[in-house]
Amino acid sequence: MAEVSLRNVTKNYGALEVVHGIDLDIAHDEFVVLVGPSGCGKSTTLRMIAGLEDISGGEVAIGGNRVNDLPPRERNISMVFQNYALYPHMTVRENLGFSLLIAKRSETEIAQAVDDAASILGLGELLDRRPAELSGGQRQRVAMGRAIVRHPDVFLFDEPLSNLDAKLRTQMRIEIKKLHQKVRTTIVYVTHDQVEAMTLADRIVIMKDGDIVQVGTPLEVFERPVDTFVASFIGSPPMNLLEGKVSGGFVWITPDVTLPLPTVFSGKVAEGQRVTFGFRADNLMPKGHALTESGATADLSLTITLAEPLGAETMLLSELAGVEIQGKMLNPRPVSEGEVLECQLSLDHCHLFDTATGKSLR
Amino acid sequence: MSTIATDRNRLHRNRQRALSWAHFTGLFLVMCIICIPGLWIVLNSFRPTVEIMAKPPIWVPTFTLEHYRAMFGGAGEGGVPVFAYFRNSLIISVTSTIIAIGIGMAGGYAFARYRFRGKSYYFVGLMLFRAVPGVALSLPLFIVFARVGIIDTHFGLILVYVAMNVPFTVWLTDGFFRQIPKELYEAAEIDGCTRWQAFWRVEFPVARSGVASAAIFAFLTSWNEFALASQLTRSTGSKTMPVGLLDFTAEFTINWGGMCALAVLMILPALALTFIVQKHLISGLTFGGVKG
Repeated sequence: MAEVSLRNVTKNYGALEVVHGIDLDIAHDEFVVLVGPSGCGKSTTLRMIAGLEDISGGEVAIGGNRVNDLPPRERNISMVFQNYALYPHMTVRENLGFSLLIAKRSETEIAQAVDDAASILGLGELLDRRPAELSGGQRQRVAMGRAIVRHPDVFLFDEPLSNLDAKLRTQMRIEIKKLHQKVRTTIVYVTHDQVEAMTLADRIVIMKDGDIVQVGTPLEVFERPVDTFVASFIGSPPMNLLEGKVSGGFVWITPDVTLPLPTVFSGKVAEGQRVTFGFRADNLMPKGHALTESGATADLSLTITLAEPLGAETMLLSELAGVEIQGKMLNPRPVSEGEVLECQLSLDHCHLFDTATGKSLR
Repeated sequence: MSTIATDRNRLHRNRQRALSWAHFTGLFLVMCIICIPGLWIVLNSFRPTVEIMAKPPIWVPTFTLEHYRAMFGGAGEGGVPVFAYFRNSLIISVTSTIIAIGIGMAGGYAFARYRFRGKSYYFVGLMLFRAVPGVALSLPLFIVFARVGIIDTHFGLILVYVAMNVPFTVWLTDGFFRQIPKELYEAAEIDGCTRWQAFWRVEFPVARSGVASAAIFAFLTSWNEFALASQLTRSTGSKTMPVGLLDFTAEFTINWGGMCALAVLMILPALALTFIVQKHLISGLTFGGVKG
């Protein structure tokens, strides 16, 4: 059993505090993704779990044991780095077996473990090559092989796919997910890419400016963002956000543009309160090109400024009250710039945030 | 239209050809300036004294080994204690190189990997020491060494050469260690290494080419150094080969042939060493370990 827990963990560089007392419990075998914009402290947090950064305050425990003062080698973790960090002077075989060699395992044992890892990751033919002779994807796989070869309690991934091209990234993402299904080990994975976070994670931890903003399953953070930051960070394209004022059962964006207040919020907002109205592109669709859904809707007549055909659907850009918003057209037909489309907004899926605090009012 | 185009093509091609010839000639001249003095020493060591002094110079020498024979001969026949000088040079250069590389590598690693107060000042300080001309130190060193009693000893010269070479070695190895991404030792630490193991098993092998080149520089500096050695050594027991060259100067004459012969003997080991170590100077060894 290797659950990881962080209790009030802080990190200072001199007077500057970059991680402000975060708490997090990661269950055994769980795949947790730390996600956030650059500089949010996610990599620092991971490196504190790894033991590569000193922990300024609080406690990190792996498998119930406090590891604050243990060096990385005594934490039984492995890590895959963004730049792979393969040993350039060793062959793939030596790279994979290095940790076992250091642990003074027997030669046959090392050979067996290396072969096992190589077969899991399809590295069999590459074993006698050096890292310089491998492609980016192969290096990435070797880095993963090096991590799994000694069956650690926890895998740590630090933006492992950032250096790969888009196609390879998708492919490796699937391999990582499969790897987790095969080896069933606790994984802490850091990325700035919310798509990676959504597709890989059992639970997503969204960080901002050294704090955890929200923890939840991919669907939870997508459907119930706690604030406007999460709403705009998770999901592609980001959520449309329009600021307005509550009055008479409507949200007044401008004197000309009003949106009905979704019923779910009716008792939760005060008359005259400044709110931010949020909805996703999936909930704004032209009539006749939408999902047939029951529930409350609002009609909007939108002038299309740009259409992006993606094949199965077309992304529509328009403006509402001076703010650029995005909608989606299913079963698409060609749309020209300047065309006016009658659209409907599904109110049941809309969000309302307090403008002053940014917090969700749900 | 097409003829104009053809003409312009030809003009361009001719210009390119002329440029590459000029380039080649220029390089050849520079190479001559660098190599001819060395070649002249080798040629002089194999020709009779008459030919050495001849004006205009004789390019194709009459081959003779008389200078080598005389050099290894008895004291009365113009002989010098070549083996003693060679041994001194070797002991002093090798020992000082090993010590300087040991200290310099540790220093370079510290500068590359650790943060500490006044780091940049220390670094500039080291470089400033190197900027002091060696000859300016010869008198103070002579006095201090004479007082301490280490003048005319191997130990004295080794001390001087270590001090001379450490700053340069620190500077050079710092650069090489800086090029190695820190993730390599971090990966090694996670793989179970102590910091010491991570250094010897991962960082040192990767930086080996850099350390080897630093070692060549340090060795050649010690091997060829004359100014200080000529002040700090007196007897056959400690004189190095460059100082030994002075044995060929008498009150009124200079035995150019003998001097050249000893110089050739001096060049050979240095050349051989450089040649051997050069194989390890494969650049780009770090390529592939991290993102390519």
